[in-house]
Amino acid sequence: MNQSDFALWVYLSRTPLLWLTVTIFAYVLADRVSARLHRNPLANPVLHAVWMIGLVLALTGTPYRAYFEGAQFVHFMLGPATVALAVPLYGHRRTVMRAIVPMAGALVVGAVVALVSALVIAKALGVPDDVLISLAPKSVTGGVAMGVAERAGGDPSLAGVLVMITGVIGSIIVTPLMNTTGVKDMRARGFAVGVAAHGIGTARAFQVDMVAGTFAGIGMGLNAMLTPILVPVFLPMLLG
Amino acid sequence: MILSLGLLLLCQLSGEAVARGLALPLPGPVIGMALLLALLLAREKFAAVLPREVGDGTLEKTSNGLLSHLSLMFIPAGVGVVQRLVLFISHGVALFLALLLSTALAMLASVAAFRFIARLMGERE
Repeated sequence: MNQSDFALWVYLSRTPLLWLTVTIFAYVLADRVSARLHRNPLANPVLHAVWMIGLVLALTGTPYRAYFEGAQFVHFMLGPATVALAVPLYGHRRTVMRAIVPMAGALVVGAVVALVSALVIAKALGVPDDVLISLAPKSVTGGVAMGVAERAGGDPSLAGVLVMITGVIGSIIVTPLMNTTGVKDMRARGFAVGVAAHGIGTARAFQVDMVAGTFAGIGMGLNAMLTPILVPVFLPMLLG
Repeated sequence: MILSLGLLLLCQLSGEAVARGLALPLPGPVIGMALLLALLLAREKFAAVLPREVGDGTLEKTSNGLLSHLSLMFIPAGVGVVQRLVLFISHGVALFLALLLSTALAMLASVAAFRFIARLMGERE
């Protein structure tokens, strides 16, 4: 790069505009590919946009903080989008009300299995206790999980990483898992992925079916309330 | 559309205020979702005083538009993961297996519980 190109780069890489634009276009590309591949689970738009942007950041030596200056505008929309979940919830309120008891059972069972199985498996594979604390809340949505990990004495940033990976795993495996086990009930499928894989799972559920997405949103919201209560109960039992 | 976006933000803001004010362990946006649901349930009764956008489908269109791009909004936080992967290296395989298996088990258990209870309640598939 010559002097003036470099000056331009220094200018652009500091404005929020560049990284906001990069984020949107990485998503548009990943989403187009996903649509072209008939929403194949492996063409997960979050996963592919993330590595593409990560690669650009690594190649340009851009620190995450500079990237986030721009990307925060997209990140910010998570809040209003969570509020917007009330709309499909309202639209399907009769279906939801009829399923309220099965949902309560599925919530408790799903949340407890997610928490206990993760800790038991990780512990058996030799993961140390301080990491287990951050692993415990991995099925709930980012901000809540980080708060829970911090309160339990874990590392919030590690918890955030584990939450994101859980979401991507859940959204990739949910469709093949449910199809091979012959589960056709979109309410149960959606709810389960919302409980186990929070918002990223919910985004996947909306790709597949509106009812599944609605139930996923409820599962995510309810688990954000339940897991913070479960973690301090189960963690001491499973550690040490 | 702008009014609808404003309403979503207002619900979130009220949710944050309630969560902080009452020291609830719930995230503000989740309370905001409950508030918006209450507004939707009450909108026919208060149609005269509510802005037209609440009742004419614009609020729905805006919300569904946002939700159809929910994946986009997870990307900035997701990129943060790429930067912190070093944290993951020492126990990477064990953690990955734990996440994979426990997510699969949790979903299967949740679905089984859902269907079992639905069947107990006399629902036919």
